[in-house]
Amino acid sequence: MINQFEVMETIKMIQEEKLDIRTITMGISLRDCSDADGEAARRKIYDKITRYAANLVKIGEDIEKEYGIPIIHKRISVTPISLIAESCDEEDYVKFAKTLDAAAEAVGVNFIGGFSALVHKGYTSGDRKLIRSIPLALSTTQKVCSSVNVASTKAGINMDAVAEMGQVIKEAAELTAADGGLACAKLVVFANVPEDNPFMAGAFHGIGEPECVINVGISGPGTVKSALEKVKGADFGTVAETIKKTAFKITRMGQLVAQEASRRLGVSFGILDLSLAPTPAIGDSVAHILEEMGLERCGTHGTTAALAMLNDAVKKGGTMASSYVGGLSGAFTPVSEDAGMIDAVVKGALSIDKLEAMTCVCSVGLDMIVVPGSTKAETLSAIIADETAIGVVNNKTTAVRIIPAPGKNVGDVVEFGGLLGSGPVMAVNPFGSEAFIKRGGRIPAPIHSLRN
Amino acid sequence: MRAVITVIGKDKVGIIAGVSAILANCNVNILDISQTTMQDIFTMITLVDISKMSVGFSELSDRLEEKGKELGLEIKAQHEDIFNSMHRI
Repeated sequence: MINQFEVMETIKMIQEEKLDIRTITMGISLRDCSDADGEAARRKIYDKITRYAANLVKIGEDIEKEYGIPIIHKRISVTPISLIAESCDEEDYVKFAKTLDAAAEAVGVNFIGGFSALVHKGYTSGDRKLIRSIPLALSTTQKVCSSVNVASTKAGINMDAVAEMGQVIKEAAELTAADGGLACAKLVVFANVPEDNPFMAGAFHGIGEPECVINVGISGPGTVKSALEKVKGADFGTVAETIKKTAFKITRMGQLVAQEASRRLGVSFGILDLSLAPTPAIGDSVAHILEEMGLERCGTHGTTAALAMLNDAVKKGGTMASSYVGGLSGAFTPVSEDAGMIDAVVKGALSIDKLEAMTCVCSVGLDMIVVPGSTKAETLSAIIADETAIGVVNNKTTAVRIIPAPGKNVGDVVEFGGLLGSGPVMAVNPFGSEAFIKRGGRIPAPIHSLRN
Repeated sequence: MRAVITVIGKDKVGIIAGVSAILANCNVNILDISQTTMQDIFTMITLVDISKMSVGFSELSDRLEEKGKELGLEIKAQHEDIFNSMHRI
């Protein structure tokens, strides 16, 4: 029999350390929903999503109850809509976003991702229309998430798209000015986007994916932090070993839930995403793990090294625990969604520049960062260019989810509510990048011999 | 199919009676019980066989939870697999 200590450890992890399954995301291919008639395409999209995902929420809740482990989100990702919508001759894709929103509402999921376009090498006409529709689509829907991949290691950086995304973000912020620019929290700009990521806002169902698939994202920063509290002062070998063991346990639980969900839904299991995803709740912070390692505040010198080690140890421990690992897998550093990060910004310990450095060694990028509403579109584009360059050159995924909150300045705090948390407005570099962004074109793919 | 039922809280009269009455009503067989008191906190871990259970899992879980509220304790039923997967390779 399982011993008492193990039972109590599991229960403590769930109850006190906020261990949970962050998301069960059902990926649904919409490739058979294209139609020359936009209305017909939307009908097919709605019918297919509501048919495949009819039981998703119910089965998620059943598993939650039987295993006693909270499953925070049940979500859906779909084929990038630019690929589906471009068969019709409509100019405006907002109606497609509304269809996704209605389908998500009907099946009871809280987000649906895939209002997306992949333009790392260039635009098709559908990509262009989709990107132009993003600000209105995100400001007139509740549950739709959007992502645009503007760069890849093999293709380089599409600087036309980078320039346009700066404008799109500005426009989306202005359309939702009353909510602090909330639409931007549902929009991610990527380099090397993964096709099987279960986490929002960047989830979509890639074109190499099967008809329908279950991807699961795990979490557990609180569990890692409390494991580290038990090895105070020990050397880094011990710290890495402790993180690995904890990540292994968390991931095994995720694997169990993923297999169970895919079996009950009759859908193949795709991947487990081994991410430490924080929430604004106390005791669920990645920043606090870094501080537990001995940093006075997240963002001070040593933060990048601490994060690099954390990220690596999580992957090492988690990989052995799951048969298929994918998605973003690593530690997330979304500022507004992490109590420790928010604190670090407010105390002046953490800047955008340091976050950018941190993204070289962790899983995503500049995530949920609020900047002054007066930030120029070109500056946003330049921030995206920097971040995508890190991804492209280092052969990793990077992303930008940035919110130029209208009317807000450094020192203000923007409340988004719920899991999106509250974002202190961070300073951007006051010097311009207009002429750089205006050039347009494509930054060539980097060479990968002669590595220095 | 087996499940683990955990009871955590302040010790008092009638905990085992209360829990086992619910289990008997649901046709759940008790395989093993262990209990300890750690730092004044009473913990009881029960391994049960639910393969012939007469109600659904969530029904059992709700009844136990309700009993827990009545006794001022935390009572949880969880499928055994979660512990096995976490602690056994």
